[in-house]
Amino acid sequence: MNSGSFLLNILILGVPFSVALLLAGLGEMINQRAGIFNLGCEGIMAMGAFVGFLPPYFLAKTALAGSANLIGIMLAILVGALLGLLFALVVVTFRAPQGIAGIGLQMLGWGTAGTLFRHYVGGVTGVPGIQPLPIPGLSRIPFLGPVLFNHTILVYGAFLLVPVFWYVLFKTPWGLKVRAVGTYPRAADSMGIRVARVRYQALALGGAMAGLAGAYLSLAQARMFADDLIAGRGFIAVALVYFGRWHPVGVMGGALLFSLAQTLQLSIQVAGIKFPYEFAVMLPYILVIVVLALVRKAKMVGPTELGKPFDREQRV
Amino acid sequence: MNKRGKLAYNAFIVIVAALAAMAIGAIILAAVGADIFKAYLVILTEPLKDMIGITEIVVRAIPLSIIALGIAIAFRSGILNIGAEGQMMMGILASSAVAIALPGLPTYVLIPLAVLAGAAGGAIWGGIAGVLKARLGVNEILSTVMLNYIAAQFYTFLLRGPMMDPEELVTGSGTPQTVRIPKAAWLDRLLPGTRLHSGVFIALGLAVLVFLLLWRTSAGFKMRAAGAEAKAARYAGVRVESYLIIAMLLSGACAGIAGSVEILGVHRRAIEGVSGGYGFTGIVVALFGGLHPVGIIPASLFFGLLLIGADMTQRLASVPANMVLVLQGAIILAIVSARQFMNNPYVQDRISRFVARVAGKPQPPVHPGPDASCPDPSDSIDPCLADEADEGTEETAR
Repeated sequence: MNSGSFLLNILILGVPFSVALLLAGLGEMINQRAGIFNLGCEGIMAMGAFVGFLPPYFLAKTALAGSANLIGIMLAILVGALLGLLFALVVVTFRAPQGIAGIGLQMLGWGTAGTLFRHYVGGVTGVPGIQPLPIPGLSRIPFLGPVLFNHTILVYGAFLLVPVFWYVLFKTPWGLKVRAVGTYPRAADSMGIRVARVRYQALALGGAMAGLAGAYLSLAQARMFADDLIAGRGFIAVALVYFGRWHPVGVMGGALLFSLAQTLQLSIQVAGIKFPYEFAVMLPYILVIVVLALVRKAKMVGPTELGKPFDREQRV
Repeated sequence: MNKRGKLAYNAFIVIVAALAAMAIGAIILAAVGADIFKAYLVILTEPLKDMIGITEIVVRAIPLSIIALGIAIAFRSGILNIGAEGQMMMGILASSAVAIALPGLPTYVLIPLAVLAGAAGGAIWGGIAGVLKARLGVNEILSTVMLNYIAAQFYTFLLRGPMMDPEELVTGSGTPQTVRIPKAAWLDRLLPGTRLHSGVFIALGLAVLVFLLLWRTSAGFKMRAAGAEAKAARYAGVRVESYLIIAMLLSGACAGIAGSVEILGVHRRAIEGVSGGYGFTGIVVALFGGLHPVGIIPASLFFGLLLIGADMTQRLASVPANMVLVLQGAIILAIVSARQFMNNPYVQDRISRFVARVAGKPQPPVHPGPDASCPDPSDSIDPCLADEADEGTEETAR
């Protein structure tokens, strides 16, 4: 394999690999802009991946087989939003410490997906999943075509969501509310914004995005479900938001960077380069730590009230 | 609210939280079509029916309690250590490497040496997260989670490569495991026919040590002060950053000792899956035990019971053993939610007035006294959890 096609392979795989991180990262960005640090993202993704996988698995031989993927995605979004609301109940209404509550949600989601999977499916089974949809004409462009225009519809959709999230966050009244409750909830409260309600909405949206990200993994990327399918992507998504400085474009850049690290790791194995496999797998995780260490806190533009519960009746 | 009312109130909250956690578990049990009552009965009583079951609970409780003690040190010092799983693996590697490399030594030298090596392995791994947090402001939850994944890969790398049993290559089965550690390093089995080992004394000894460290030394006081209110502690001259690192070193050391004891006492060689989620269950044990050694010991026995019980439901009630993760997650969510009600004088006040109104006894609103409105943070039930994510603001203020 020459170096040109090695590089091309990394890029071709890198774009679809970034989608799960991108979707979850965009949702987490909204959560954190609203002041909530949702570490349960990993657990929500596991649940999303599992429920998204169910319809194609069970409806394969029925009349609904054609729309099974769509049903799966819808289910994943719904379950994700519900788990987001459960997290909101714990950290917004009960004002529980967010870091540890997030770990609880992660265990709950991961354990539930594993339990139900063992019971209903048993072993690792593939599904047809979502097939790539080359864009006519554009996909024939040498080099750029296979890298950018030969993917599943979810890939195009995910990248289109970047400007959508930018618009929602910075140009709509709701986006302003989200940023307000994450930066200065007391002022937002006195302006008549219901802090708790906005945080609930943000968490529902973030959960839905994490659920969708999970469904992408099981339906489009891996086309199967396994207990360890998520493999820390939910936590990486949380780190991406720091790296991307709470901006949709930054999150996208981070998602691409991490997916390239992952595909580099895969390509090293495929190309048969003499390099311990386990060290290649470590690469993305090491990258997360390095990136977090390099992002200087002093220059951060993030939500200042991140991670702090808001109590209307507390005296300041 | 008077003292008896307060006690009844707290008991009520605990019961509601426990029921909420069990209700979440029940939903999942119903979803897999199990008999909910029977499944809970199996989890909670089946392991207690014979001697093997009871000793196995203690065997599970040994690493759980040691890990939870370490996590309590970290949480009390204001740093959330989620990385016990990885720290435990590093402890296992270091401990088994030392035990295998020095076969000729007598027992009373080799065991302490192996345990200390385990502690060092865990401490290094925990210390990385501590230094990253203290010097570069890296969120410790994210860094410890990532270090878990890295440690897991490093662990399989060593077991499949440099540390693999040469016999496995000869016979060709290729099981990733080390050679058996020398007999001199084995922790004694206490009861014939069971796996109960003398590591139980190490766990109890560590519980006493951690209690003395946190509540009877000035270093422990400073660590708790740093965890309760970092700004105030810094103002009082506590080097908060240094104590963060020390707390993570100690916390990692505990996880490493847990791994070491598990190898020397149970498996007698490093194999895959030794840590098997102990690092995460340890977090639940620490929280359930109120981040205090006196609570952690019974909590570790309870979760040892849950772990065995969940294994048994797989056979007896056909519920996958992953169910225990569901229960752990639900318990964490219930505990952290309940604390809000237990420590908040305003909520208590409101509820006591509500109770009075319902009961028909008019009661003047009581202003919460100085003790109730401003409890001593270092002795409150969860000082570290009060204000964990000081992202950004604190750094810029300095």
